[in-house]
Amino acid sequence: MELLAYAAFFLTIALTYAVICLGLNVQWGQTGLFNVGIAGFVGLGAYVSAALTTPDAAERIGGFDLHIALGWLAAMAAGAALALAVGLLTLRMRSDYLAITTFGIAVALQLVFQNTESLTGGAFGMAFIPRPFSGLQSEPFAFNVLNLALTALVVLVLYVLLEHLLRSPWGRALRAVREDEVAAQALGKNPVLLRIQAFALGGAIMALAGAVQAHFIGFIAPANYLPMMTFQVWAMLIVGGSGNNRGAILGAVLVWAIWALSGALISEIFPADQQARAASLQIVIIGVMLCAILLWRPQGILPEVRSVSRHLGHRNKDT
Amino acid sequence: MTDPSHPSILEARGITKSFGGFCVVNDVSLSLSASEILGVIGPNGAGKSTLFNLLAGALPIDSGSIRLAGTDLTRARPEARIQLGLGRTFQIPRPFPRMTVLENVMTAAQNQRGESLFSALATASLVARQERANAVRARDILDFVSLSHLEDQPAAVLSGGQRKLLELARVLMAEPRVILLDEPAAGVNPALLDLIIDRIVAINKLGIAVLLIEHNMEMIGRLCPRVMVMAAGKVLAEGTPAEVTKRADVIDVYLEGMPA
Repeated sequence: MELLAYAAFFLTIALTYAVICLGLNVQWGQTGLFNVGIAGFVGLGAYVSAALTTPDAAERIGGFDLHIALGWLAAMAAGAALALAVGLLTLRMRSDYLAITTFGIAVALQLVFQNTESLTGGAFGMAFIPRPFSGLQSEPFAFNVLNLALTALVVLVLYVLLEHLLRSPWGRALRAVREDEVAAQALGKNPVLLRIQAFALGGAIMALAGAVQAHFIGFIAPANYLPMMTFQVWAMLIVGGSGNNRGAILGAVLVWAIWALSGALISEIFPADQQARAASLQIVIIGVMLCAILLWRPQGILPEVRSVSRHLGHRNKDT
Repeated sequence: MTDPSHPSILEARGITKSFGGFCVVNDVSLSLSASEILGVIGPNGAGKSTLFNLLAGALPIDSGSIRLAGTDLTRARPEARIQLGLGRTFQIPRPFPRMTVLENVMTAAQNQRGESLFSALATASLVARQERANAVRARDILDFVSLSHLEDQPAAVLSGGQRKLLELARVLMAEPRVILLDEPAAGVNPALLDLIIDRIVAINKLGIAVLLIEHNMEMIGRLCPRVMVMAAGKVLAEGTPAEVTKRADVIDVYLEGMPA
């Protein structure tokens, strides 16, 4: 029973990463937007939702005690707004400029989380974030399974929505912009508008993931949103298959499993005084896995599916 | 200038473009009637492709004006020009390589309802109807350019000549009134060349005007009743192919050393 409760806990966390990964797939997989500031969007979602839903606290601003669902929605709006602002500032948003901008913004946001104590609780973070099904916390199994079901539902809804969009003319136009912007423009597509829409949608999804994660764990701290998270999510998408929504979900679960298992293994093998250093091996494992995939299966485990339109029946074929 | 009984569809006046201090296109004017194929010839570096980029909006012009069927396009963005009916192909084809041939063509349809994020989600049945109609039209066009058998292949697998045909198919899908064709015969094998010439004639018969940059004089002779010779950014001569090829200045800058 305890093992099952842990399995549900593990899967829930993995699925929150799957949500982030779906957001990155809209940006990179579909549109070719190189976002290296994923952690910033996820962190923003977590902090916005936490600030709105936690009970009033004397030592900081915020704590409006709102419903969790409202927190989620506000997180999405904040993620979209941040993406919109970044998008409009770097209107051209070609690969390298966007990468530098997003990386800088994520690092800046992480420092804001860490230093604006009156708003975010500073380095100690924020606790008492309301958790869904919190009445059941004394029964870890039921609590974890219900949270898993809720998170799985979020993934499912997003998956259906994004698949719908991927196979729509909008998704096709995004791919055209990704493949050749000049040609897409010559054929009447507005690359700037399409890119900003995709970037904002992806940003909203990442922020939602941050909120879902924060409410499931009940506690957030700035150290959760270091560039390492961005790297993990990129590894998930590349391993699973960029451009494929199922690949994004599979990659998230797989890479998270390897991450968690290797962490557990390290804590078994290494003596306590060596563990902090040994933990770096987790990053090494993810890096090696990324190299292996890029060498032997660069399209990922589930490659992008070529499809003309969801409106034309099943003519889809694997690449 | 065009015959007054055939009003011009594309009218460019005094188009000028400099890069730094170097004038690449210098005071070029042209007028194209709706039923016409006008050839543009000239040596490399004459400014032909730059002229196309200016007409298509890929580069902003320094001075001059461009009108399509009376509408001023001088400052319009490239995506707006194709929406109004001014289409172009690229000298070096630019397919969407990881998209299928059919998908490449369908992308080019204008006024697609499902291209707005909101409509793609909210009005599925209307989008579906338009998609099915567009697919029928895209397949007809692929048939027209003899690429039907490749519709499910990614565009990356196409040969150079097939890519030229795909460029043609995509621009036709946009239902243009004028097509700017940039060297459709460059690097194409002779068998495919005949097909391309034949298709350009057929397109023109549909009432689509064609502005054609080409170095292949045989193709120019077969397609264009009228040609414009450019050299050093200026219009050097204009007339029938037979007329201009006899002129000493044209021979001097362009035709000398070319096989007859």
